[in-house]
Amino acid sequence: MKATIVIGVIGADCHAVGNRILDHVFTEAGFHVVNIGVLSSQEDFISAAIETGARAILVSSLYGHGEIDCRGLREKCEEAGLSEMVLYVGGNLVVGKQDFAAVEQQFLAMGFNRVFSPDVPLEVAVRNLHEDLGLVV
Amino acid sequence: MEAVLCIDFGSTYTKLTAIDLQADQILGTAKDLTTVEQGILIGFEKARAKLIEQTGPLEFTEMLACSSAAGGLKMIAIGLVPELTAEAAKRAALGAGARVLGVYSYELTRLDIEEIRAAQPDLLLLAGGTDGGNTACILHNAALIAQHLDDLPVVVAGNKNARDEIEQIFERRGVSYKTVANVMPRLNELQVEPAREAIREVFLQEIVKAKGLSQAEELVGGILMPTPAAVLKAATVLADGTDLEPGIGPLIVIDVGGATTDIHSIGTGEPTKPGVVWKGLQEPYAKRTVEGDLGMRVSALSLWETAGSRRIGKHLESFDGSVEERCRKLQAEVSFVAMTEDDRSFEEALGMTAVEMAMERHAGVVESVYTPMGLFLSQTGKDLLEMRTVIGTGGVLVHSAQPERIVRAGCFRADNPTCLAPLNPDVWIDASYVLSALGLVAERNPEGALRLMKKYLLRSGRGAHGA
Repeated sequence: MKATIVIGVIGADCHAVGNRILDHVFTEAGFHVVNIGVLSSQEDFISAAIETGARAILVSSLYGHGEIDCRGLREKCEEAGLSEMVLYVGGNLVVGKQDFAAVEQQFLAMGFNRVFSPDVPLEVAVRNLHEDLGLVV
Repeated sequence: MEAVLCIDFGSTYTKLTAIDLQADQILGTAKDLTTVEQGILIGFEKARAKLIEQTGPLEFTEMLACSSAAGGLKMIAIGLVPELTAEAAKRAALGAGARVLGVYSYELTRLDIEEIRAAQPDLLLLAGGTDGGNTACILHNAALIAQHLDDLPVVVAGNKNARDEIEQIFERRGVSYKTVANVMPRLNELQVEPAREAIREVFLQEIVKAKGLSQAEELVGGILMPTPAAVLKAATVLADGTDLEPGIGPLIVIDVGGATTDIHSIGTGEPTKPGVVWKGLQEPYAKRTVEGDLGMRVSALSLWETAGSRRIGKHLESFDGSVEERCRKLQAEVSFVAMTEDDRSFEEALGMTAVEMAMERHAGVVESVYTPMGLFLSQTGKDLLEMRTVIGTGGVLVHSAQPERIVRAGCFRADNPTCLAPLNPDVWIDASYVLSALGLVAERNPEGALRLMKKYLLRSGRGAHGA
């Protein structure tokens, strides 16, 4: 059976195009993609993951407020009984030009399994997800 | 003449409507108290005698019945996440005309099971998980139901991947069940029709008998559906039309009763303004909501508790007494009939408050979201702003001198701009109580039912849309 993943754009962020691309790419790569769309709250991601039995949540944030929007997502997953959930985050996560290594550290400390800068090829993310879910490609 | 007798075995009254389908005419209506304990036919015969007095002797080619007697169809809805499958299950049950006694989410506990048993439902609706999604929860709940509630019929409308195992669990314990397609096959996608159908079948096969209505069933050859389902059917046919005859387009029915205020909306409810993002669970095309705390008699006190004296008083021009006292009195005297001018204006104020609040809960909400890219609007629920027709029914409207005013309490208000209630619709009144009867007729003869509705619903006031 295909592995189910939840994708969406977090917070007061309306960037719909990148999210569509992710939907397309991960579907092509053999995942069952549940796309909750833009303007999604942490609770929306978690509810969707519970109901669909998802194994990973891929959070997009394009408008620079990712840090505020993503804080506490790991803890909420723990609380909702999703302690095994694989959490990815990617996009323009912070305002301005900051050193990506520092940004990555910050989000890893928040409990995300992987953090992606805007210039990562999507094939890399697909490969990572296969690895992290223990799937054979 | 092709005379059909429609019977509504209501909680208080058994209402009869005699209809001539060839001439598209309502021949007469009559009602008498419903008699569940003494035998349902006693009240029916009394009402029939009254009817025959009006119409003269009639040969009925068919008798059709709906029922909300003996508490109506009482259901419990069970799902996984409260805003997702539990909500979807609730909407399916409401759409089938049920009284939803409770909604449960996540894994049921012993305490939940005790509560459900104490509530004495007629039927359980078990959902949980999208297709291919979570199975653990629904399996846990099915096992608990099989163990502790095995005497209740269950409609299963959850994750299809759990279906085989649930069937095994129920077979082993001899639970009477019916499995249908998932109420939420994919996330936020609602599919209530198969569950609605199954609920209706179970209602026909098992529940009518269990409620001591089988005498009536023998007489009329089957009670077709719960009364609210008949109203929803009528509304759907009136809105969408039939194969041969066009309908009147999207509409809303507001039914203000003694115990509840029901709102039915037929239409997609898509955003009517550009650039609005629609969030949340998909809305049912034919949506019914029931407000158990907003009613004119049995629920008058809870209406006061919810609304408060000031909110009710807003609709009263002159009233010296205590709103609370009056509501207590109405709750105690269920058969109270408004006689004086004072009584009538209080009834109207109460009706307006019920309509206003029920619409606030039924209609969708739009919220402004400020983002670095500017202002966005996000909508949850149905957008009813452009609805052209609102139909009012229920005792308070039928007996009021200004029913339109009561119905218009459910319109959009500038002081509550985020509520997507209808802006300025035409108002129709079901003055001769025909909606549920014609919902029954629509099952057999949709064209006839549609023509009769167009003829007998009275247009009380025009809105901004003109004819």
